Amino acid sequence: MSFSSRQKEAWLYLFPAILLLSVILVLPFFQTVATSLTDAEITANPVKPNWIGLENYIWALTDPYFREALGRTIYFTLVSVGLEGVLGIAVALLLNQNFRGRVLMRALIILPWAVPTIVNAVAWRLIYHPDYGALNSLLLQMGLISDYRSWLGNPATALNLIIVADVWKNFPLIAYVALAGLQTIPGDLLKAASVEGAGPVRRFRSITLPWIIGPLMVVLILRTIEAFRVFDIIYVMTRGGPADSTKTASFFVYQEYFSYLRSGSGSAYAVLIAVISGLMIAGYYIVAQRREGKGQS
Amino acid sequence: MTRSIPQTLALYAAVLLLAVFTLAPLAWMVLMSVMRPEDLVQVPLDWWPSQLDFSRYATLLNPYHDQGQRFLFSLRNSLIAAGGATALALLLAIPAAYAFARRGAPMLLLFGFLATIMMPPITYVLPLNAAFGALGMLNNLATLVIIYTAMLLPFAVWLMKSNFDVLPVEVERAAFVEGASTAYTLRRVVLPMALPAIAATAMLSFLVAWDEFFYALIFTNDLSAKTLPVAIADFTAGRVADYGVIAAVGVMASLPPAILALLFQRLIVSGLVAGSVKG
Repeated sequence: MSFSSRQKEAWLYLFPAILLLSVILVLPFFQTVATSLTDAEITANPVKPNWIGLENYIWALTDPYFREALGRTIYFTLVSVGLEGVLGIAVALLLNQNFRGRVLMRALIILPWAVPTIVNAVAWRLIYHPDYGALNSLLLQMGLISDYRSWLGNPATALNLIIVADVWKNFPLIAYVALAGLQTIPGDLLKAASVEGAGPVRRFRSITLPWIIGPLMVVLILRTIEAFRVFDIIYVMTRGGPADSTKTASFFVYQEYFSYLRSGSGSAYAVLIAVISGLMIAGYYIVAQRREGKGQS
Repeated sequence: MTRSIPQTLALYAAVLLLAVFTLAPLAWMVLMSVMRPEDLVQVPLDWWPSQLDFSRYATLLNPYHDQGQRFLFSLRNSLIAAGGATALALLLAIPAAYAFARRGAPMLLLFGFLATIMMPPITYVLPLNAAFGALGMLNNLATLVIIYTAMLLPFAVWLMKSNFDVLPVEVERAAFVEGASTAYTLRRVVLPMALPAIAATAMLSFLVAWDEFFYALIFTNDLSAKTLPVAIADFTAGRVADYGVIAAVGVMASLPPAILALLFQRLIVSGLVAGSVKG
């Protein structure tokens, strides 16, 4: 087979995938960008929207509510993914030890991850329930609180409690990837370091962590992408409340679209979120590249 | 390595803590689903109910009951949407992945594919809503299958490609020397070798589609197309007299993915890890 026919074949094999992604994702993205430059609204009798240039973006960037929503989303993303990373690595280190029931524990921790996100949200909402929730009952019976509290009804605690639910569901993913990495570390390497007097902290920092950071980086990026678009868990647990304290960026745009019916400005918010999301991923990527470069030198 | 007694105690304490943290919320959901309604609203709760009540499961599995109907229809819709999208995504991903792994398709294109899943769904949803609305395809399972396929495809291509990369190329070369076409080689030589990878990709794709909420919320509005996540959100949004029903729906919606995950854990985890290492 000649080179060019091989190339032709490759494109033939790629064509259906390219077509689908172009029509379902790429084209709509550019339509959203185009809409973001207009004053379009969602109405029963559509009128031709007016071109207003960057006005929506200027509005969005100076909108304090949007900035607050963005800030909350970044907080949610960093704290959630950060905790999942720390807990995931800790769990992987634990499951890499020798103990009775290790096989069972390794199997069981996949369960939170397998529970659908919506079910996870519902389950935790019931646990936090202000009148009949298990958390209230447990804390009361342990004598830690004297009255039932409205955990998700309090702006100071709501977002952090949603983070707990998110961490519960997603730490297994990171634990599994970290554990797979740990199992490839040659035991001799750690033993040698130990003989040369490196303590457990030192061994973790200079051998274990660099060894598993590559695959971990990929899964952390995936989690970051997911956490930054968080919507479903918020929708079920708090609908953005109380007092907007859990209204994240995706939820903000969802309301701009479907409650206020402003598709023009909503699209501008959406594009800004996409840009920030892209910057965060690029940031991760650069950090990962640097680390890899350091590890090799 | 030997451990001292305090070290052993600390180890088992940590294991116990992990087991409680992992399992307590699940155990509580299961328990809620079989506790009597009046026990669920006690203040504080009596953790060891005197009587178990399985009637909610009977209700949810009864197609002539309103709640049963809502549950069973959404279960069917979820199976069709997630199953259909998984099948279609694999059908498109396998040749595409082969083109990247063996036919020198530009990697830049693969990054382009992956870039589409980095964008949040809110950047796609409005034009899609308008387009499918114009086609009269809102509240339609076919629409969900198409959108989910696009959503699953980049990750499926990535996973399949990283698995094709590590397959021995000699067998394919032998088939090629004997005059086999690429389509034949792919079907008869490559696919059998890649079967575990295909299974892993299929399962991960299914779990992701089963979990999807945002598109389903926006594109569906009645029994004919609403998926389980949307139905569950509805169950919680209305005025509910009995929290046990919500718990029972949650348990049943978690069963298919939980069983898949437990049975095929090795496969799923290896798929995840392959994607992370080769990425």
